[in-house]
Amino acid sequence: MDLIFEISKGGRNAVDVSASDVPSVKIEPVIDKKYLRAELDLPEVAEIDLIRHYTNLSRRNFGVDLGFYPLGSCTMKYNPKVNENVAALPGFTEMHPYVPAEFAQGNLQLIYEMQQYLCGIFGMAEFTLQPAAGAHGELTGIMMIKKYFENKDQKRRFILIPDTAHGTNPASGALCGFDTVTLRSNSEGGVDIEHLQSLMTEDVAALMLTNPNTLGLFERNIEKVAQIVHDKGGLLYGDGANANAFLGKTRPGDLGFDVIHLNLHKTFSTPHGGGGPGSGPVGVAAKLTDYLPIPRIVKKKQEYNWSDKFPDSIGRMRSFYGNFNVVVKAYTYIRSVGAEGLTRATEMAVLNANYIKEKLKPYFDLPYDRVCMHECVFSGKRQVAESGVHTTDIAKRLIDYGYHPPTVYFPLIVPEAIMIEPTETESKETLDAFCEAMIAIAAEAKENPDCVKNAPLTTPVSRLDEVLAARKPDVCWKKAD
Amino acid sequence: MDYCPHTTQDIIQMQAVIGVTSLDDLFADIPQKFRLKQIPNIPAALSEQQTVAVLSDLARKNKLPQLTLTGAGAYHHFIPAVVGHIISRAEFYTAYTPYQAEISQGILQAIYEYQTMIAHLTGTEIANASMYDGASAMAEAAVLCAKMSNRTKIIVAGSVHPEYRQVVRTYSWANGYTIAEIPYTASGQLDQAALQNELDNQVAAVLVQSPNFFGVIEDVASIVDVAHKKGALLIAGFTDGTALGILQPAGAVGADFVVGEGQSFGNPLNYGGPYLGIFAAREKFMRRIPGRLVGATVDKNGKRGFVLTLQTREQHIRREKATSNICSNEALCALAAGVYLAALGKNLRKLAEINIYKTQYLKNKLLQLKGWREVFTAPIYNEFVLRCPNPRLTNEKLKNEGIIGGYELQKYYPELENTLLFCATEMISKEDIDRVATILKSRV
Repeated sequence: MDLIFEISKGGRNAVDVSASDVPSVKIEPVIDKKYLRAELDLPEVAEIDLIRHYTNLSRRNFGVDLGFYPLGSCTMKYNPKVNENVAALPGFTEMHPYVPAEFAQGNLQLIYEMQQYLCGIFGMAEFTLQPAAGAHGELTGIMMIKKYFENKDQKRRFILIPDTAHGTNPASGALCGFDTVTLRSNSEGGVDIEHLQSLMTEDVAALMLTNPNTLGLFERNIEKVAQIVHDKGGLLYGDGANANAFLGKTRPGDLGFDVIHLNLHKTFSTPHGGGGPGSGPVGVAAKLTDYLPIPRIVKKKQEYNWSDKFPDSIGRMRSFYGNFNVVVKAYTYIRSVGAEGLTRATEMAVLNANYIKEKLKPYFDLPYDRVCMHECVFSGKRQVAESGVHTTDIAKRLIDYGYHPPTVYFPLIVPEAIMIEPTETESKETLDAFCEAMIAIAAEAKENPDCVKNAPLTTPVSRLDEVLAARKPDVCWKKAD
Repeated sequence: MDYCPHTTQDIIQMQAVIGVTSLDDLFADIPQKFRLKQIPNIPAALSEQQTVAVLSDLARKNKLPQLTLTGAGAYHHFIPAVVGHIISRAEFYTAYTPYQAEISQGILQAIYEYQTMIAHLTGTEIANASMYDGASAMAEAAVLCAKMSNRTKIIVAGSVHPEYRQVVRTYSWANGYTIAEIPYTASGQLDQAALQNELDNQVAAVLVQSPNFFGVIEDVASIVDVAHKKGALLIAGFTDGTALGILQPAGAVGADFVVGEGQSFGNPLNYGGPYLGIFAAREKFMRRIPGRLVGATVDKNGKRGFVLTLQTREQHIRREKATSNICSNEALCALAAGVYLAALGKNLRKLAEINIYKTQYLKNKLLQLKGWREVFTAPIYNEFVLRCPNPRLTNEKLKNEGIIGGYELQKYYPELENTLLFCATEMISKEDIDRVATILKSRV
């Protein structure tokens, strides 16, 4: 497809800027010439061409509304349309962030109540909705841990991170000046308790744990893990990427977690937008509330207001109050499904993952064969050994069958990993059809491996050259001379 | 209501395949003592109709102002209809990050085009796929400069948005860096003599914003020289992105990084978010910058296509050695920005001129009020600071008429007592401005 620049033609435009109803002024007396730009080289396209360009681009994109999207760890559940509609109400979208609080009582009430709901669901003392995404929430949480020890005059250098963790975990720790130490998994896919005991000293600030972990397995020894960390004065950090696995079943706060971040765009049904915007609320236990980012919302009688009078706060993590419009969608989701709907979502998500696991078990290696939570992790090792077909090939072949591939090559401890997260919003028929496709691909790998290795055959482009892209990077288009 | 399609029969059949007799069996790994009976504090489920009613009530509890004369980091601009139509396409908004390039060419190409437009607008060679917002983009640029140079001091102009300075402070504290703030002069621009004094061989970066928080255009070209002479990098922000339609971009006068808030490009005010952080840089920093980058390449048949590239910079590959932990960005907001810029094209300059006309008209009207005068002397874009007899009373009068007045600078600048920061965009009509003047002339 042509680039927008390639269809540009001088003299066209898609939007007529309204005429000015105030007297025009000469620019140069107002702004010195040295501050003015010489040229402005933006595309010039007619409205119809603009619409066709982006509409045709959209047809080269796959979303949840087009088909099954079992991308592990990403919780690609259906994005309810009512959420989109109410979030588009002018009362929410047209409000400037610096309006006096009396103009924004609806927004403030929504934020306040959302914090309360999240406290109830996760068993934490307080939440902030300021972080813009999960990783931003992680950074916020680790900064609070840093501040907590600073205020106690304790210098702790290390953060423990299991070998199954998301890459954001070690990066977040390192960005707060901590050294990260890798904690091994045991043969069941859980925390290696002995290894934890040997690593956990008074020099360790926190253990960052994802529970259930990225193998989709619930940490059976969670009580013991929390105790080992707390006995040395450390804190237990929860990566809430997998929160869809336990809503209404258990609460991180009750399990001993001191900090947890969430992803509203995973667990609470807000759309992922092709990579964002997300929202990454952080919940904390009572001993950490003083360190929450400012501003925080305060309620006096029936009136809400922002306050930054929290001297121990880590400070501010971004401008204004967070991705408010994303919060509106997640709030709408919680209100519409209620406590029972959240619990049912978890039950169905776990049921679906286990169903897929059982159906595919005869065809693909399952490194950890036990009841899983919201996702299951296979290995493509058998296919590699039998026919040289790799997990990438299986993933690409699934595209030809009309599916978005699962997450692949993650977690790192599973070779040729295939991580499937079906979510609760998929029907049995969809799951059955997906399993049949996976089984058919397993057969193709044996009988006609080339067909799998050459996939996808149905897309406008196939197997892009990533090495070339990295070796000779072209990240901005330039006019040919 | 819920969004789970299974019938009772489905559930029974699926349990049989799994080999369990109840859903509870699937949660056996959760120790009994930690099992939750019921989530507390959540109101009962609602039908779709009830949901709409409840949320509409909340939206109505807000009082939508008739007119907003505050910008201060968030700007009310007209959003062409095409923007909403494109970003509402489910192929875009219900997609995840484009890791599977073959079925993500749509968003990948759109972001590549966005990167190109942003690099051009900012006068740099490259731009990433977006950061969270303007403030965090600036903070991440500062951290990156310190990490690249092994220096530990960051200099920030006091005329940078106060919330941005707070965010830079938070990120710097976490990384163990120190901050020095440079005052502004009577012109409203950064005090270059003070900058000279503060610069030493420990300074990693100098952070300025142009237009700055006061609406004043900084002399970025000479600040770049001052910073570079001491081996510090220059990070230049901006306030309202539409200024880039007419002002010389910082990248064109040698800034190393241009970062800022992209909300003005097709994204609604949304009470502060989601917005998008613009992050642009010199080409030589391409392998170090944070965030996602889309690159052009070819497929196995030689056809042009797009992929996420240079991912070895990023946390999911580099883990604790990454310079940033950013993962999700603001892709849909960046898409909106791309569509907006493509729709306006060269008209962005005309739009910027109209912003200047409106701003001059508002400023002149307000200066006719008794006791009102200008505070700074340097040129401005669409914001300006005025001193007035009683800012609180001024805003009160306007508020009673449903108008949001100026931003009271004293909150962050105690020395700027009795001053207000005003903004006028193309959304404000002559009639609005005349009405504001009339209201302020009247006695209470």
